[in-house]
Amino acid sequence: MFETTSMGPLLLSIRLATTTTLVLLIIATPLAWWLAHTTSRWKPGIQATVALPIVLPPTVIGFYLLIVLGPYGTIGRWWVEVTGDALTFSFTGLVIASCIYSLPFAVQPLQVAFQSLDRRDVEAARTLGASPLDAFFSVAAPLSAHGFLNAIVLSFAHTLGEFGVVLMVGGNIPGETRVISIAIYDHVESLDYAAAHQMSALLLAFAFVVLLSMFVINRRLSRR
Amino acid sequence: MSTNTTTTGTPASIAMRYVLSRADFELDVDLEIPMRGITGVFGESGAGKTSLLRCIAGLEQPSSGRLVVDGNVWQDTASRRSLPVHQRAIGYVFQEPRLFSHLTVHRNLDYGRRRAQERAVNVDFEQIVALLGLESMLQRMPDALSGGEAQRVSIARALLCEPRFVLMDEPLAALDKARKAEILQFLDRLHAELSVPIIYVSHNIGEISALCDQLLVMQRGRVIADGDLQSVLMRTDLPALAGEEAGSVVVAKVASYDAEYGLTCVRFSGGELFVSGRHEPGSELRVRIRANDVSLCRVRPTGTTILNILPAVVEAVHPDAEATVLVRLSLGSDFLTARITRRSSVELNLQAGDEVFAQIKSVAVRKIGVEPGK
Repeated sequence: MFETTSMGPLLLSIRLATTTTLVLLIIATPLAWWLAHTTSRWKPGIQATVALPIVLPPTVIGFYLLIVLGPYGTIGRWWVEVTGDALTFSFTGLVIASCIYSLPFAVQPLQVAFQSLDRRDVEAARTLGASPLDAFFSVAAPLSAHGFLNAIVLSFAHTLGEFGVVLMVGGNIPGETRVISIAIYDHVESLDYAAAHQMSALLLAFAFVVLLSMFVINRRLSRR
Repeated sequence: MSTNTTTTGTPASIAMRYVLSRADFELDVDLEIPMRGITGVFGESGAGKTSLLRCIAGLEQPSSGRLVVDGNVWQDTASRRSLPVHQRAIGYVFQEPRLFSHLTVHRNLDYGRRRAQERAVNVDFEQIVALLGLESMLQRMPDALSGGEAQRVSIARALLCEPRFVLMDEPLAALDKARKAEILQFLDRLHAELSVPIIYVSHNIGEISALCDQLLVMQRGRVIADGDLQSVLMRTDLPALAGEEAGSVVVAKVASYDAEYGLTCVRFSGGELFVSGRHEPGSELRVRIRANDVSLCRVRPTGTTILNILPAVVEAVHPDAEATVLVRLSLGSDFLTARITRRSSVELNLQAGDEVFAQIKSVAVRKIGVEPGK
């Protein structure tokens, strides 16, 4: 039933954005912490790699991902051997692609927040008996709350709006990879402007609400 | 407190040997601090006091070193052993309070306490809160506290993590004079009521004299003097100790109280002194006498407003500033220092062995806290 209404693609987009954001939090947090504190000579290289998706056209990322994730690509072939399914044109493939595409939007706000953390607070926590991990969760993370909020909202919004990468890696399979941006494009192509209007308005309203709540929460955090 | 070359330590001591090399600085110490009372670490800024504390806490890794607390090895670079910071049972009070701004005062206090449950030393939450006067601020956020209040919370937080000993790194340096005096009073109460040993770093000899039982003096990364407070303070040959606040400390017993004039008479090996205020007869006081408050006479002065005049013997005359000298005096088994002008010293022709009268303009007294094992 989802496929016939405009809600289907929207819900799929939300599911994709939510999953991607959760996966990104797990990957980006340690990466951003490392980038914020390392003096390693690899830092510029890693930073440039993380930032690539900001600069590259989504089609370029999508193209390389299609090759790597496809059934003849390194990761894609291994995936087929392990699971029996292809990564391309599947929801899982979309999640992987979205994570790479949105990585800088999660890493950069976190890195900024971690860099502005007062290391002395973490030191104090350590002398009070907190292990490094404990000190991170009980002191560093709460004090970086606005960084986490920004990372969550930006990765979510960025994934919600993605088009080029999905088109290259995901195709247009209803319920699996037909996210809202693809559905809108489809409707316009087939000159069904009414449906395109409906979905676009839905996405517009949703994006506005998400961003508005971020700014409201951010204001509360900075007031505290 | 003695220099110790094997760093094995005894059951009631903190024994350490550290070598720490930095581009512009080297720390090289080998010492043993008794596990009681307050041990002052005095020195100019850059003398290595903070580096020493950070090594003890495990926040700084020495190039080589060994730390033995109560006979337990906490660190030994030779066998690559080093307890991580959070497993060292210490309390650390920094120069700034470093309270966690996202937690209330109460939860700040609980932070270390919750994580210290396996530790043996028991501290009572209510007692510490009362001791530092925090009852009314428990539900407040750190941002709503004054500098002095925040530092009191941070002292309580360090004590509540049930430390074997507490490291204090110039906890008063960031506060104004009034707040300093206030916190000193609280620290004095701690010293009297709790048995937890404290290592107290400061570059203010006044603070050290008011508070500490033992003293070690650092200069350019090395310990140049250590021992009990009185004997180290008498080292007029140490330029580091000769500042504005130079002085000496004697321990005296309260003899009587003169209610009519509000004066207490105390007795020490060098004679009797009058101090203002009422003190319990029989109790012991620590009397601090600043070198700037002592003047010298060849004959016993008469018709003077100064109450405290004691016979003394000149031990040594040390050069001080351009116009002044520091005179070390012995009275009974105690010592005093006097700062007088170089001109007076020449006019009176002061020599070692001369008998003089020391006029003491003012004294500061402090009750001696109950120390464990004494």
